[in-house]
Amino acid sequence: MEIISVTNLIKKYGEFQAVNGINFSVEQGEVFGFLGPNGAGKTSTINMMVGLSRPSGGRIMIDGIDAIKDIKKVQRMIGVVPDENNLYYEMDGFGNLCFCASLYGMHKAEREKRAGELLEQFNLTEAGKRPFKAYSKGMKRKLTIAAGIIHNPKILFLDEPTTGIDVESARQIRELILDLKNQGKTIFITTHYIEEAERICDRIAFIVNGRIVKMGTVTELMENLEGEHKIKLRSDCSMKDMKGELENSFTDCRVEIPDDNSCLIVSKERIALSPLLQLLDSRGISVYEAKEVKPSLEDVFVKITGIEASKLKNEKGKAGK
Amino acid sequence: MKTIIAFWNILRKDIENYYLKPPNISWGMIFPLSWTLMQLIRSPGNTGISELLPGLMAVSVLFGTTSMLAVTITFERKGRSFDRLLLAPISINTLVFAKILGAVLFGILNAFVPVFFAAFFIDLSGIDWSITVIAVILTAVTSALLGLLIAVSAREVFEAQTFSNFFRFPMLFLCGLFIPVDKLPAVLRPISFCLPLTYGTDILNSMFTGNFMFNTIFNIFVMLIFAALLFYLCQRNIKRKWIL
Ligand SMILES: Nc1ncnc2c1ncn2[C@@H]1O[C@H](COP(=O)(O)OP(=O)(O)O)[C@@H](O)[C@H]1O
Ligand SMILES: [Mg+2]
Repeated sequence: MEIISVTNLIKKYGEFQAVNGINFSVEQGEVFGFLGPNGAGKTSTINMMVGLSRPSGGRIMIDGIDAIKDIKKVQRMIGVVPDENNLYYEMDGFGNLCFCASLYGMHKAEREKRAGELLEQFNLTEAGKRPFKAYSKGMKRKLTIAAGIIHNPKILFLDEPTTGIDVESARQIRELILDLKNQGKTIFITTHYIEEAERICDRIAFIVNGRIVKMGTVTELMENLEGEHKIKLRSDCSMKDMKGELENSFTDCRVEIPDDNSCLIVSKERIALSPLLQLLDSRGISVYEAKEVKPSLEDVFVKITGIEASKLKNEKGKAGK
Repeated sequence: MKTIIAFWNILRKDIENYYLKPPNISWGMIFPLSWTLMQLIRSPGNTGISELLPGLMAVSVLFGTTSMLAVTITFERKGRSFDRLLLAPISINTLVFAKILGAVLFGILNAFVPVFFAAFFIDLSGIDWSITVIAVILTAVTSALLGLLIAVSAREVFEAQTFSNFFRFPMLFLCGLFIPVDKLPAVLRPISFCLPLTYGTDILNSMFTGNFMFNTIFNIFVMLIFAALLFYLCQRNIKRKWIL
């Protein structure tokens, strides 16, 4: 069953169109991911769906309710974790959670019980008595997520939940997301980490410049790369200068040099090793490892969007505040 | 019921986190208090106190509400915690009422700090407290709404502070507190009639000193109109500026 359906959604900031008429739908109980670089329009889209921003055009239906007309009704059943932590810096963790619960009309006993449970689940019981501003980045993020699910929402929106935090907290958050999915929640998540999307999303939409350029399950997206073969060669010597010569000699191959001591050969055909090795050998480069590389979602992303995966990764540090 | 829980908790959080925090207590209460004492020391005998009291009450309200509300809301918007309130399933009006009520209550409380101290020196038994309280409430409401209007327009906390002072200081001098409106230069007088504080002060003056420009019913009426107008302006701007 479709629980979210978005049609022709547009967002303009003045003349600039950040979201260019996108269409997608999310099934009940699935984890749906928006994957795209910074500035692609992910946050703009989420904000329109949750009522923090007004669409310039289009339609959003959430659980049968028109989210543009009746956002307050929608807000009762959704939880939102925005890209920036939005808790009160002076208040302690427990107080923050209880306050958030009260906004949904939960009674005192109920909200204190739930806040205690969530703190425990996130390993924050001890920190619950400390003010939010004294938390580490990962703890802040976890508490913000706890605040987003305090009222037990049916649908959860997560805007870059793991950006800029430590590996261990990120891992816990991903586990939690899968936990929530197992409880039957529907989850809409944005990320610019390809592996994250691949690991937790049932379906992924690639979003670039306010447009969805491709959408599907991980398997469906991978089909795009069928027929592409990749071989990685490793050597003790530098292969940096070989790119031109290899491409000239094997015209149906594309050559990438990921690092000094390795070389990636990509081709539509199966790649025969011996001519390659002979050429390299004749240049004094002895290859000691040749490995077939299975295509990854990263390759699909690069191929479809034309954006280098390294560009996405470079933003990791930048986006972490 | 759910709305009431949300409303009450927003109000309580603001009171605990902002209004009862030491720096704000000192700004909102100690400041009018020290002003009162200063004036008491300066004025010979006790004759001047009832003349000073209306002004002090108005100043206390103004200092307790306008900039407090403007700054706290701008602060929450800047720190993004305001989003949390916008994401809650409560109407914007409920949210705005809860935010304003905190400032109004704080302003009213402040207004009675000078009264409390004056009571040690002068006899206040002849005062019509119900009208006085109405005047204080209306002054607090209009000042708070002005603070909200500033909060809707300001992006940064310092902007909110600057705007508040921009309104608040001229208002102090033009509302008839220190210089009676009829003694103001003719060019400034129309401005003074555009300020809600002028009418609030006029009521307070008539209560404590018997001097007034307009009758109380008229003053109350004008203040209600100001409140409605400011509320309308806030509401219109909030929809435009808070939900981008
Ligand atoms: N309030 C705003 N005013 C003007 N431009 C904006 C605003 N918010 C976002 N943008 C622009 O819209 C584009 C999409 O931004 P955003 O939705 O935040 O992307 P993402 O979340 O994918 O990084 C960016 O180019 C950004 O600069
Ligand atoms: Mg974003």
